[in-house]
Amino acid sequence: MTETHGLAARTAPDGLDARLVVDRGAFRLDVTLTVAPGEVVALLGPNGAGKTTALRALAGLTPLTGGHLRLDGAALERTPPESRPVGVVFQDYLLFPHLTALDNVAFGPRCQGAAKAEARAQAAQWLDRLGLADHSGAKPRRLSGGQAQRVALARALATRPRLLLLDEPLAALDARTRLEVRTQLRRHLAEFEAVAVLVTHDPLDAMVLADRLVVVEHGEVVQEGTPSDIARHPRTDYIAQLVGLNLHRGHAEGHTVRLDTGPAITTAEVLSGPVFVAFPPSAVTLHRSRPTGSSARNVWRCEVAGLETHGDQVRAALTGVLPLAADLTTVAAAELDLHPGAEVWATVKATQTHAYPV
Amino acid sequence: MTTTAKSDAASGTLRGGPRRRRVREGGGRGAPLPLLVPALIGLAFLVVPLIALLVRAPWRSMPEQLTGAEVWQALRLSLICATAATAVSLVIGVPLAWLLARVEFRGRGIVRALVTLPLVLPPVVGGVALLTALGRNGIVGQWLDSWFGITLPFTTAGVVVAEAFVAMPFLVISVEGTLRAADPRYEEAATTLGASRFTAFRRVTLPLIAPGIAAGAVLAWARALGEFGATITFAGNFPGRTQTMPLAVYLALQSDPEAAIALSLVLLAVSVAVLAGLRDRWMTAG
Repeated sequence: MTETHGLAARTAPDGLDARLVVDRGAFRLDVTLTVAPGEVVALLGPNGAGKTTALRALAGLTPLTGGHLRLDGAALERTPPESRPVGVVFQDYLLFPHLTALDNVAFGPRCQGAAKAEARAQAAQWLDRLGLADHSGAKPRRLSGGQAQRVALARALATRPRLLLLDEPLAALDARTRLEVRTQLRRHLAEFEAVAVLVTHDPLDAMVLADRLVVVEHGEVVQEGTPSDIARHPRTDYIAQLVGLNLHRGHAEGHTVRLDTGPAITTAEVLSGPVFVAFPPSAVTLHRSRPTGSSARNVWRCEVAGLETHGDQVRAALTGVLPLAADLTTVAAAELDLHPGAEVWATVKATQTHAYPV
Repeated sequence: MTTTAKSDAASGTLRGGPRRRRVREGGGRGAPLPLLVPALIGLAFLVVPLIALLVRAPWRSMPEQLTGAEVWQALRLSLICATAATAVSLVIGVPLAWLLARVEFRGRGIVRALVTLPLVLPPVVGGVALLTALGRNGIVGQWLDSWFGITLPFTTAGVVVAEAFVAMPFLVISVEGTLRAADPRYEEAATTLGASRFTAFRRVTLPLIAPGIAAGAVLAWARALGEFGATITFAGNFPGRTQTMPLAVYLALQSDPEAAIALSLVLLAVSVAVLAGLRDRWMTAG
């Protein structure tokens, strides 16, 4: 038994191979994840999609009700969390408040059997690597958010995990620290040689930190791919909203895509069969009356449902024959006298749309 | 004499009351009379007996009263037994509190009720119950006697057992409350770092709940120190062996009331010291 197991470990591919099934009656998680060593994968999804449950299942904190979990060829489904080669950076870090940064990081090596002095020497090295040598004697409450995050990362890495899990690693930080820590974290993750899986609801965090995105909605994987691929070809409204695109689904015939809801969109691509059509809100031009001299092929009459200001830009949410988001400058919005309930005409040039098969 | 003390206490409260209320509520209307009057009576009811103890204390003969060998014997026995009972409560009570707070099992509510029962049980009944369990013919005691030759009733160890029986629930309830308030995810974080559940408890949970354990231990200790009913029922009243301070006070009251007051003052002083030690936790919390 032991021998076959050893053989399997040698021949099986390295990295993570998992199908995580957690059945909780009303909620069911069923997510398949394959991650190679050195790869960083982000589980991206709205709140309540099951991302954190997936992470807890990987760590062994939530038992699987089905599926499998193999790491570097070894089956881990029945392994208790303390025996898994898994490190976790928790959302609010959960640094032990009664221990110094050094002893927090030394905790893992100590549990793995290192002598106190040896564990502390290792911890000091990790803190040094993460630029925290000056803070090794500080208690967690004396650390800034960014420092605490790095101590949490050092603590997880000090156990030399084969799978590193990060739960919303930047969510607890304010906007300014976030930018800086995101860049640092990206560098540390790039250096990490084993599997890294992070969970986030922030598309920017996911796109900066991860090599590959796995989008989870309602406990299922709805799309996966590289960040740029997902940004260009969103397949659900959630992702389209995340990356800021108008997304519609319909049936293509030549240059025309007839949407499931009725109206048609003229596109640059020539396709046939079921397709997605995506275009950015900046491609939508608004007019107060029906445009006559416009070369745009797509003209729809809409009603303004809402307005939101982002810096010197205004995003208008439109309803009508099809729901649209349109970006325009505050000056243009004022000239058009936009207000909720106002009737407008929206035009989109065919060249600015992007159609791709479902 | 008592009347003077009463009016002193009442006026003291009148001065202190409104100031404190202003701090809490930021000023405003005074307390309505139907609440204020019973509140002051309640306060006087609790404070006057203590003041009476001080007023009637035989201050002049105090040195002689307290230098008798029997007093120190009783005080020493009280302190030793209360401390030992607290130690016993810590060793078995903290794990019990952890079990109640962290492990879900069938009948947990019933177990918690059973643990709380000695809090409301008349101590004398506790003493009788201990006799039926651990007495020489008790359901457990007979085996202790015939297998190990251990007899608990009417021994100093019996005093410790009786006090622990009455005092441990205070510790368990206090520690369980602290455990429930503590974030269990720290234990999870520890297990992801390779700690077994016991190591996580020892190195993470225990330091986190230390203040709650300390408060519970002091409560249990104070309760054990004053324990009377269960002790006299289960361990008897033998000077030097099982006669603790409360028993000595009661006995002295029959023959020498002044001595009883003197001994009571010693216990009062110990209680005030305990309260001072808990000041930060309890008196500012309310």
